[in-house]
Parts: sequence; structure tokens; C-alpha cells
Amino acid sequence: MENMVNVYLFGKKYSVPDNLTIMEAMEYAGYKLVRGVGCRNGFCGACATVYRVKGDRELKAALACSTKVENDMYVATLPFFPLIKEGYDIEKVRPDEQVMMQLYPEIYACVGCNACTKSCSQGLNVMQYIAYAQRGEYAKCAELSFDCVMCGICSSRCPAGISHPQVAMLARRLNGKYLAPESKHLTQRVKEIGEGAFDAELAAMMARPVGELKELYDHRDIEA
Amino acid sequence: MVFTEEMLASMKKVEAARAENIALEPRRMTADEKDALLAAYHPDYRDEAFTAIRLGPNAGEKVPVELNAVLEGRSRVLDLKVDLERIDYDVDVLVIGGGGAGSSAAIEADAAGAKVMIVTKLRIGDANTMMAEGGIQAADKPGDSPAQHYLDVMGGGHYCNRPELVRKLVSDGPACIQWLNELGVEFDKAPDGTMITTHGGGTSRKRMHAAADYSGAEIMRTLRDEVLNRNIPVVDFTAAIEILKDADGRAAGAVLLNMETGEVRVARAKCVIIATGGAGRMHYQGFPTSNHYGATADGLVLAYRAGAKLLYQDTLQYHPTGVAFPQQIYGALVTEKVRSMGAKLINSEGECFMHPLETRDVAAASIIRECSTRGKGVNTGTGRAVWLDTPMIDAIHGKGTLEKRLPAMLRMYLKFGIDMRETPILVYPTLHYQNGGVEIDDRCRTAVENLYVAGEAAGGVHGRNRLMGNSLLDVIVFGRNAGQQAAAAAKDVAEPKGLNLAHVDAYEAELSRLGVKDAEPSPKLLPDYTRKF
Repeated sequence: MENMVNVYLFGKKYSVPDNLTIMEAMEYAGYKLVRGVGCRNGFCGACATVYRVKGDRELKAALACSTKVENDMYVATLPFFPLIKEGYDIEKVRPDEQVMMQLYPEIYACVGCNACTKSCSQGLNVMQYIAYAQRGEYAKCAELSFDCVMCGICSSRCPAGISHPQVAMLARRLNGKYLAPESKHLTQRVKEIGEGAFDAELAAMMARPVGELKELYDHRDIEA
Repeated sequence: MVFTEEMLASMKKVEAARAENIALEPRRMTADEKDALLAAYHPDYRDEAFTAIRLGPNAGEKVPVELNAVLEGRSRVLDLKVDLERIDYDVDVLVIGGGGAGSSAAIEADAAGAKVMIVTKLRIGDANTMMAEGGIQAADKPGDSPAQHYLDVMGGGHYCNRPELVRKLVSDGPACIQWLNELGVEFDKAPDGTMITTHGGGTSRKRMHAAADYSGAEIMRTLRDEVLNRNIPVVDFTAAIEILKDADGRAAGAVLLNMETGEVRVARAKCVIIATGGAGRMHYQGFPTSNHYGATADGLVLAYRAGAKLLYQDTLQYHPTGVAFPQQIYGALVTEKVRSMGAKLINSEGECFMHPLETRDVAAASIIRECSTRGKGVNTGTGRAVWLDTPMIDAIHGKGTLEKRLPAMLRMYLKFGIDMRETPILVYPTLHYQNGGVEIDDRCRTAVENLYVAGEAAGGVHGRNRLMGNSLLDVIVFGRNAGQQAAAAAKDVAEPKGLNLAHVDAYEAELSRLGVKDAEPSPKLLPDYTRKF
């Protein structure tokens, strides 16, 4: 027999097996989900959820798809949060401090409360990556924010109205495009392909009958 | 402790044999061994799981029974009031689906000057692309070439791939990596800029580019950001439920259904791109899946009713390493990159029973054999499983490697109290990818004029088995291609006249003639996991 626990979905009490995730508990309770559900595996950030366990004052945040239910858990999902997403032309922006000041000036109003970090469903040091963004240290901001799933819980807790996931998104794109070193072998290969340097070899490969392809494939050397 | 006594006892054997298993270079199977293994153990070979299609362009061909059910399902427009005189959206290019292929298509169509719109039944980015972990292939290193990549793709696909599609895939690969890099995607690089690349199952060169094990997520969020920067309209929580045609039978838009309110809307378009992704949530043969919640083969149904042909609809990919334990993440993906980095597959007795980098179909069949006839699986409570010996990674490459290169995997397991740096994990094949799909040419065109398909919804690129890292490449190469082609074609298309659903009526009449009654609504749109009372 399954062990049952009580969970309070949007305040209403349901008895559910204790081995379910919060998301599965909602479906067990009878919900048919359209909002607040996505990859169901911790990558897409669709199922941001906040909860309190009775007797514990702390408000906790999690992804409903990858968090097990607990007894006396009071759950509210946060399927959408109005983040500020500023538009920009990636070809025209530059990885300098001005770009953050122009697009996301509210980051400089951070009061250092650290509520963002405490609420991160991925356990990231959110306040620190915002600090890096303030200083224009985009490579560091990118690295620290890399595992962000943009669920938006951090922003829901921020007294300064910062849209942390969008700030980090900009930092990562600036880093990926402008700060990370160029891959010269890639540039070279794209140029060669453009010049048709591989056309003949590929055409010859395509012209081979399946029997020959099989021979080649079964005896091809595999890079160590 | 989360593990059972039986698991712990078996784990001891895995630990005892670890050093020996690390040193071992397992033999790769011969072509004949692989063929025999697949025929005996791969789910694609279970006849009872398939039936014959009874109508449409592929009549008489083999199809999974679950897919057949939606192909014979009841069109949702039949039970809705659809006013085709009222055009709610009027665009050059309508992109159905907001994943990697759809977003790439929209960006390119926009760049080409077309008026483009994305419609997606959940949010933009809610897609299998977001969940791709391991990486993206491209032949951009010295010692590698598009022809070498071509050979790997063809061999992996059992030589059934459409050669012109593979040519496009491998030739455009490096340019697509560059395109992503210039959009700001953060690939793993050495300090000198050299891409850090690894093997995948069935690759002969290390051409797997990655962004840790968030490769797809990093690509998807960047594409999404770019779509938003370009102010491309994204109509979310809205499903396309039928393709619309013009008076001459060309694709000319779609009927849209608001997933929350049930409101019906009409989109008119000069060209339509189906980029709806895969079908894992169809749970073929009862398998769990690594796929997104919305992976229900919708695009196949829409395209088929419109008259497009399917290709290799009978071949699915079961990813060898789905999570078998703990139950909360049953079926979730354990990226192949874990094996690329040296972790080996080990049975309940601590034996390394295969080379870790065989192609996915072979690896899946091999695991199923171990857990069935060979009786060397570990009991998980829901079935049998084998070990993936993850502590090997740090043992080989040094402490901290797993955390740095596989942060998502580590986090996924830590949430359930399992530290994969210290203990091996239990895996079993999970439904992962739709190898086939709608038949396209190398310009993403289908048998229906002005209807394009790209990404997992299309078939032919991967033959009967896809290699790791070629799906992310596929969605970028063919997504961009579809966007470019559709935008160019739309310039020569006049405003569509006489919007109609005659093809749906004709299809329905054929179903009636076959005696199909009381069919479930189709496309499925979402799986049904709600408990029934």
C-alpha cells in the first residue's frame, strides 16, 4: 500500500501518494495541466512553484516536475511571471557596461537582500551574477547563470523589480558572441565548404552504392 | 537510503569491477551481430505493436498502433464552429511550432523580409530542443569532413536515409554552428577557441559540440531571445488543428485553437511550415519517454490529412539510457554524453556487456537483452535495468569533471538524493525520438504545395536510426532552410483565395467508409495523465 500525504493545492487539501512529484500530485488530484507544465524534467522552467510546509516559516521555491511532495505542503504554481524582456540587436550591442545601464537599469537598484538566490529553483547564486552584470563582467555573469531555466521565481521575490533571467540571458549572448574566443577551425571550415573544397569528396561518397558504403562504414577508422 | 538491498548488493559488484572495467576496451559488434540483436530485441521489430495504415498516401504501410489511432482520429474542426471568412491572422509564412526548428525558421523568414508568425500550443521553447542535453554534431575539425560525417549518418541510419537530405545536413553543419555562435550560443571551448568536442554513439570523429549538458537549452533560449528581439509575433497556448487550403489545393494557413479558452481562430498564410516536433508522449508500446509534454505527433496528423506523405513512420528511437530509478524521473533522459565521457554500461553482475558507444538502436536492444533473456538486470520495482557506471568519469578525467561537464544530470539526481559521482545510476531504454516523419525534399517541401516541414516532424534525414547530436543539427539546418525557402516562395504566391477544409471532409468520408466511428479527437495535442475517478 502506498503511503499517503496531505498536500494543499492552492489551499485545497488532497491526499496523494508520497512518492509523487508536485506535478504528478496535481494530476493525481484530478488536474489536467496546460499551464505550468513543460519538459517535465527540469529544463524548461514552465513549472515554477512556491510552497510552505506547515510549521515552517520559510517560503520555498521549486520546479513542480522535479520536487517530491511532502506532508502538509501548501503549493501555489507560478506558471507565468511578467519579466521585463528588452529588445536589442545582437549585431549592434557591445559587451560594455552601457548596454546593461540602457536595457536593465533596475539592476543597479539591487538592495542586496539575496531573496533571488534563496528562491532559485536551480540553486544558483543569483545575486552574485547580477553583481557581475552590474560591473559589466559578462563572462562571469554568464558562467554563474548558465544553469538558469528562466522560471522567474527570483524576479517574483525581488523588491527592486529586477528580471534576473533576462539580464543573464543578455550577458550569456554577449559572452558567447563577443567575449568567448573565436573558433578558428570553424571559421576556416565554413570558408572551405563555401568555396566547394569538400564538394567532390562528398559527391563521390554519395555516388557509392550501398554495398560499398557498408564496406567503408564497417571498416572506417574511429578517432581515439 | 534510496536504493534497495538488491540494488546495493549489485552495486558492490559494480564497484569491485570498476577499475578493471575502466581499463577494458570492449569489442564493437560486427554488422551481422548488430542485425541479429536488433531483430530479436529492438521494439521496432515487435510485430504486434504495428498495424497497416488504411487510408491516405501511405495506405498499406506499417505504422505503430498508437499513431494509427490518431491518423484515424476525428478532426477537431468537425465539432467546432470555424468561420473561414473571418481571417484573424494574415501572414506570408505561418510557422507551427515554437521549438528549435520553428524558431530557426521564423528567424530566417524574418531576416528574408517575410511577414512571419509562430503559433505554438504551449510556450515558445517548450520543445524537445530545450531538453537535448549532449550536443550537436558538425564536421569542423581537421581530420573530419562532411563526407566522413555523411558516412556515419548513413551507417547509423542503416543506409535508408535520403542522401540529398544527409548532404544538406552535413554540408550546412559547420555554418549552422557558426550561426549559433554568432547569435551568442555559448559552446564549450578551450582557451584558444577550439571547440571541445567528443564522440557520440556511432561517430567516427569527435564532432559533438556542447554547452555543458544544457546544449539544447542553451540553443533554444538563445533562439527564443532572438525571435523576441525581432518582434516576431508568437501566438502561444494555441494549437494548429488543421491545415487550410486555397481553392487550388495549396496549403494556405491553419485553423487555430486556444488551448485554454477553446476559442477558434483562422490564420491565412502564403506558406505554412510544420515544425511540431516528435511523438514521445504517444508512449508507443507503453514506453516512458524523455520527451516534452507536447510531443504528440500533431504535425504528422495535420500534414497527412492535407495529403503529404509520411516516411519511416514505423521507426522510433529508444534512447538506451533513460532513468529507470528513481520512479519520480522514470523515463527522463540521461544524456549519451555520460558515455561519451567514459562511463560504461554494466549489468547486475558487474560485467561490462557492450561497447558504450554503439549506435542508439543497438545499445537499446543490448540493454533490453541484458534485462530479459540474459537475466542480468537489476530490479527497480517497476522493471529491470542496468547500471551506467558514472563514477568512472571522475576516475578517468579527474575529480570535478562530472560536475563541470554534466551539471544538469548531477542536479537531476541530487534532487532525489543520488550522487552520481559516487554511485552508478540505473538506466533502461526510453522513447526518445521519431526517426521518421513527413517526407520532405532538400528544400523542406512536401507533396502539398506551399507546405513545408522541418525538424523532428520530418522524415528521411536520419534513416531508421538517428545518431546523437544530429537532431539539434537537424532542427537548425532544416529549420533555417524551411524559413529561407518558404520566405522566398511566398514572394511569388498571391493572396490565398477560397480557404477551405475540403481535404478534411474527404478524409473524414474515407474514415466513415472504413467504418471508423466514435474516434478520439485528433491531433492529440497533449497526453492525458489526469487520474480518472
